[in-house]
Amino acid sequence: MEKLSLFLGCIVPNRYPGIEKATKLCLQKLDIDVSDLPGASCCPAPGVFKSFDKATWLALASRNIVLSEKMGRDLLTVCNGCYGSLADANLELKKDPELKACTNNCLKEIGIEFRGTAEVRHIIEYLYKEFGPEKLKEHITTQLDLKVALHYGCHLIKPSRDRNLGETEAPFFFDELVEATGAKSVDYTDKMMCCGAGGGVRSGHAAESLEMLEHKLACIRQAGVDCIVNACPFCHLQFDRGQLAVNEKFGADYSIPVLHYSQLLGLALGFSPYELGIEQNAVQNIEFLAKIYEISAGLK
Amino acid sequence: MSEELSKVLKDAGLDLLSCMQCGTCTGSCPSGRHTGLNTRRILRDARKNRVSVLSDDALWLCTTCYTCQERCPRDIPITDALLELRRLAVKKGFMLPEHRKISEMVMECGHAVPLDEETKQKREELGLDPIPETVQKYPEALQEVRNLLKACKFNELVAEK
Repeated sequence: MEKLSLFLGCIVPNRYPGIEKATKLCLQKLDIDVSDLPGASCCPAPGVFKSFDKATWLALASRNIVLSEKMGRDLLTVCNGCYGSLADANLELKKDPELKACTNNCLKEIGIEFRGTAEVRHIIEYLYKEFGPEKLKEHITTQLDLKVALHYGCHLIKPSRDRNLGETEAPFFFDELVEATGAKSVDYTDKMMCCGAGGGVRSGHAAESLEMLEHKLACIRQAGVDCIVNACPFCHLQFDRGQLAVNEKFGADYSIPVLHYSQLLGLALGFSPYELGIEQNAVQNIEFLAKIYEISAGLK
Repeated sequence: MSEELSKVLKDAGLDLLSCMQCGTCTGSCPSGRHTGLNTRRILRDARKNRVSVLSDDALWLCTTCYTCQERCPRDIPITDALLELRRLAVKKGFMLPEHRKISEMVMECGHAVPLDEETKQKREELGLDPIPETVQKYPEALQEVRNLLKACKFNELVAEK
């Protein structure tokens, strides 16, 4: 299947619609055939649902996959959590006939069947494999003179057993996509460390989650970057809204702008910061906004 | 002492017996650096069938980042094992109130994080439909999700015991 359906999940449409808009604009500009996925639900969130009950996790995930199967399209996610949940469920159901039969027994209640005909893709691995940095560069109209702290997030690349995206200690494919926009991906301490939000920790143990985030932010600040770039709205929410919570809890004064890769790519494809919803973030860094408006207007 | 822990792990194809207690998991854990999570100890206790591991809050301090699993010199799928232990814990009624709330949210609106007024406005500013193309827009889709959760007896599982 080459056609895609856009799986939104929860945080993108319900908290950071700028990422939804940026993704749609980028996909359109790159001439990728993508449709909405009407009626999709929570993926469901892997950190919690996968931790609660396997049958429920598989049932909800497979319902979302079936919606796309019926359209003859692969699912495209822009979230590491949704990717982890849907890709893992898809893989487990495809390789285990017993589990598939069991899940289909639940799905029978709502009159649908999981067939295993669709793939689950993540926008980063999709762009890397289907375009690659060089081909992507051909579409870039605005060179981004920005220093970026890239955060891969965990479930894009792990478990490596199921992801096949190479090694996990120092991957580089995402850095290459960032640098295709003209930005510089700056190395920093504990770059591959988790943002602290996953596994139900942000919701269940907020204080501990913020401690992990504070460590990450301190490392990023030391690297002296213009912004953080991520590929996951949950990491995005942790870095953006969490940053304000860290400031309050630790008496800190972090003001590091946070962009999803779709928003960074959107800037490089010629869209304005306003169209991409970058101003809607919790962190309001006027200096950064001025800089990207200048870049966007071709003044820099 | 109960054999249940080892049975659940064994049934899931997880063999903790090859664990040599080297501590690479704990040493690699981003949560353990800041919190009381000691993965090596959880594995040891689980192997010894100590049911106390299920009621220990530390089980819920894992962010499921998979670093321990990737680095384990004995290739033990540690994060998978932790998830298995969590599911057993939930079955026994151990669940954080915040997680119960998220479960209820999904049963009610089909989303762990539902739409709010502030975001509706932000969507409009961007020229997007204020209501996204998800279960939130289609009542029959939401009913499907609810029926599915019911078929899985999820409401009974997460109800306060």
